[in-house]
Amino acid sequence: MDAIILQTLNGLDKGSAYALIALGLTLIFGTLGVVNFAHGALFMIGAFCAVFLQRLLSLSTVTIDETQKDFLGNPLKVETPYVHNWFGPETGAAIIDWSVPLAILFAIPVMIAVGFIMERGLIKHFYKRPHADQILVTFGLAIVLQEVIKYFYGANPIPTPAPDALAGAVDLGTLVGFDPNVIIYPYWRLIYFFFAALIIGAVFAFLQFTTFGMVVRAGMADRETVGLLGIDIDKRFTIMFGIAAAVAGLAGVMYTPINPPNYHMGMDFLVLSFVVVVVGGMGSLPGAVAAGFLLGVLESYASTTWATTTIPGINQIIIYLVAIIVLLTRPRGLMGKKGVMEE
Amino acid sequence: MLGLNKKDFNLLLIVMALALLAPFLLNPFPSDSGLAQFNAGYPDLMQKFVIFGIFAIGFNILFGLTGYLSFGHAAFLGVGSYSCVWMFKLLGYNVLPGIMLSVVTSGIFAYLIGIVSLRRSGIYFSILTLAFAQMSFALAYSVLSNPKFNLTNGETGLQVYADDPQIFHSASAPDLPHLFGLSMRATEKLQIGAWEFQFNAGYYLCAIIMIAMFYLSIRIFRSPFGMMLRAIKSNNTRMNYTGLNARPYTLAAFVISGMYAGLAGGLLSAMDPLAGAERMQWTASGEVVLMTILGGAGTLIGPVLGSGLIKYFENIFSKINSTVLHNWFSFLPEGLEDLMVTLIYPFVGKGWHLTLGVMFMLIVIFLPGGLVEGGQRVKRLFKRRKSSDTDDEATQSTPAE
Repeated sequence: MDAIILQTLNGLDKGSAYALIALGLTLIFGTLGVVNFAHGALFMIGAFCAVFLQRLLSLSTVTIDETQKDFLGNPLKVETPYVHNWFGPETGAAIIDWSVPLAILFAIPVMIAVGFIMERGLIKHFYKRPHADQILVTFGLAIVLQEVIKYFYGANPIPTPAPDALAGAVDLGTLVGFDPNVIIYPYWRLIYFFFAALIIGAVFAFLQFTTFGMVVRAGMADRETVGLLGIDIDKRFTIMFGIAAAVAGLAGVMYTPINPPNYHMGMDFLVLSFVVVVVGGMGSLPGAVAAGFLLGVLESYASTTWATTTIPGINQIIIYLVAIIVLLTRPRGLMGKKGVMEE
Repeated sequence: MLGLNKKDFNLLLIVMALALLAPFLLNPFPSDSGLAQFNAGYPDLMQKFVIFGIFAIGFNILFGLTGYLSFGHAAFLGVGSYSCVWMFKLLGYNVLPGIMLSVVTSGIFAYLIGIVSLRRSGIYFSILTLAFAQMSFALAYSVLSNPKFNLTNGETGLQVYADDPQIFHSASAPDLPHLFGLSMRATEKLQIGAWEFQFNAGYYLCAIIMIAMFYLSIRIFRSPFGMMLRAIKSNNTRMNYTGLNARPYTLAAFVISGMYAGLAGGLLSAMDPLAGAERMQWTASGEVVLMTILGGAGTLIGPVLGSGLIKYFENIFSKINSTVLHNWFSFLPEGLEDLMVTLIYPFVGKGWHLTLGVMFMLIVIFLPGGLVEGGQRVKRLFKRRKSSDTDDEATQSTPAE
C-alpha cells in the first residue's frame, strides 16, 4: 500500500510536467491548428530562464582583501555578488538562494515575448500550408533554439538547486498514519505538483470565466463565424500562443531543481508530450491534462522493481505501449472530439 | 530502354555517371593545396553519400508519393545495422548474408509498425512513428542489452568479438567485412600530377546497389502502383469514395521504404562493422526528412542530391575551426577579421547543427519543393526571359490591356 502511494506521488511530478506541456500543445493546436514541434524547446528555454537569472544574480565584483591570505600567501580575492552590495549580505544571499522561484516572475514576460515573436514571425505564415510543413518548420526551429542555447550554455547539465528551505524531504506517511520513514517525498516535487495544478486551474478558469476566454473558446469551435461577428480572433489567438508558451516555460523553470537542465531536455519531453496529447485526444484540454498525469503515474508504477523484474524494460516503453493500445481501441484518444484531425 | 522512357533513362545515366565517377568528381582540388579540405573524394565520406542516398530514396517513396510523413525511419536503419552485424557475428564477415538479412528484418519490422501506425494519417501518423522509433531506441539502448539476452550491446554498440562463432569464416578470408574475399576497405590509389584519386571496393559496392535502388525507385514512380500512391497523396477521401481501400497501398509503400532504410543500415554496418543505438534516435529520423525535403520530396533525383549535400556540408563544416576561419579572413584588417570570425564561428565546427537547423527552416519556408524546385524556377526564369524577348516582337502592335 505504502509502495503504491509512493509511486503515485513519484509519478505526479513527471506527470505534472507532461500535463503542462501537453496543455500548451493542445492550446496551440486547438486555437491555431498548428502542430508545434518547437514546444519542447519552449520548455527548455523556460528552464534556461532560471539558469540565466541564477547566473545574473551571482554576478560578482572582485575585491582584494589584504588582511587575509590564500594558501599561496597572496592576498585573498573576495567575490561579492552585486546583490550583496545592494541589498546587504543577508537579503542578497536569500535572493540568490531563491533564484528559481524568482525566475517565475522573470520567465513569464520572456516566454510571452518569445511566443509572440514565434507566432507573428514564423508560424503565422504557415496556417494555410499543409500540416507536414508546419511540423517541419517548427522542427527546424526547435533545432535552432536548442543549438543557440547549447552555444551559450554548453552541452552539460547545469545544476540549479531549489532554495535551501525547500530542499529537504517531508515524511508524508506520518501525516496519514503510516510508520515514519516509509513515504518520504521531497518538498520541491510536492511544490511542483501544486504549482502545476495551480497553473492548469488558472488556464481553465481563464478560458471558462472571462470574456476573453469565452471568445477564444468560440473561436476554437468556429473561427470563421467569430471573425464574421467583427472580432479580431487572430489577435486573441496570438495571445493564446503567448500563454501556451508561458505555460511551457513555467513548467521548465520549476523543473530545473528536479532535473538539471541541458539543451536537449525539451526534445526528450516533447516526444512523450505528443504521445500524451494523442492519448488524451487531439484538441481536448481536459484530455491532455488527464492523460499527462495518468501516463506519468503509469510510468512511475512501471519503474518499480517488481514491474521491471517481471517484464524487463517495461518502464522504458510503457507510455508507448499505452499509446498504441489506446489508439487501436479508441482512435480519437481518451477524450477526443469528433471532427478534429479526422481526415 | 530498361522499361524507362528517354527522360528517365537519361536521369538514370546521370546518376550512374555521378556515382561511378565520384572519386574524380569529388576531388577537384590538388591534395597539397589549401583547398584540399573541400575535397570529398575519400572512401568514408563517399560511402556515406551513397548509403544515405539509398536511405533518402526509400524515404521519398513513402513521403514523396503518399505524403505520409514518418518521423521514425531511423528505427529501420538501426534494425538493419544490428541484423547485419549479427550475421557477421554468426556466419562470418561476408557482407552478402548480412545485407540480405538486414533488408528482411527491417521489412518485417516495418510491416509490424506500419499495420499499427497507418491506422491514422496526418500528424497522428508522424507522432506514432516517432513514438515507435523512440521506443525502439530505448529498447536497443537499455533493455535488449541485459546480460541474459544481449541483442544490442547497449551503449558500447554491437560489434564482432574474437570468440564469436563465425561458422563460415575461413582462414584465407580477410578479418574485415568482405565480398567473397574482396575486402570492403581495399582501396586503389591513382596518382595523376598533384591529384590523388581513391577507388574503394566498399564504395563501389554501395554505389552499384544505390544505382540499382534508384532504378527500382524510378520504376515504382512510373508504375500503376506509384500512380495509386500519388492518388492517396492528392485526395485520400476521394479514393475511399471510389471504393478503393488505400491502406494496402500505403502499407506496401511503408514496407518498401522501411526495407530501403534497412538496406542502408546494413550497408553502414558492412562498411564499418559496428552498430549503435544512436542510429535510431529521432535526430537521425529528422536528418533523412531534411535530406528529402532539401533535395525535393516527390522528385526522383531530389533525395540523392539532398543526402549528398547534407553529408558533404556536415563533414566540411564540422572540420572548420577558429584557426581555419582566421586564416580565411586574414586579408581583412584586424578588427574586421575578428568580427567575421565571431560571426561565423557559431555556425561551424561543433555548431554545425545550427547551420543545419537554419538551412532546414529556410528551405521549408522559401523553397518547399527543395533544390529541384529551385532549379526549375531558375530554368523557368531563363526560359521566360528568352520567350519574352520573342514575345515582345510578336505582340508589339497590340498594347497590353
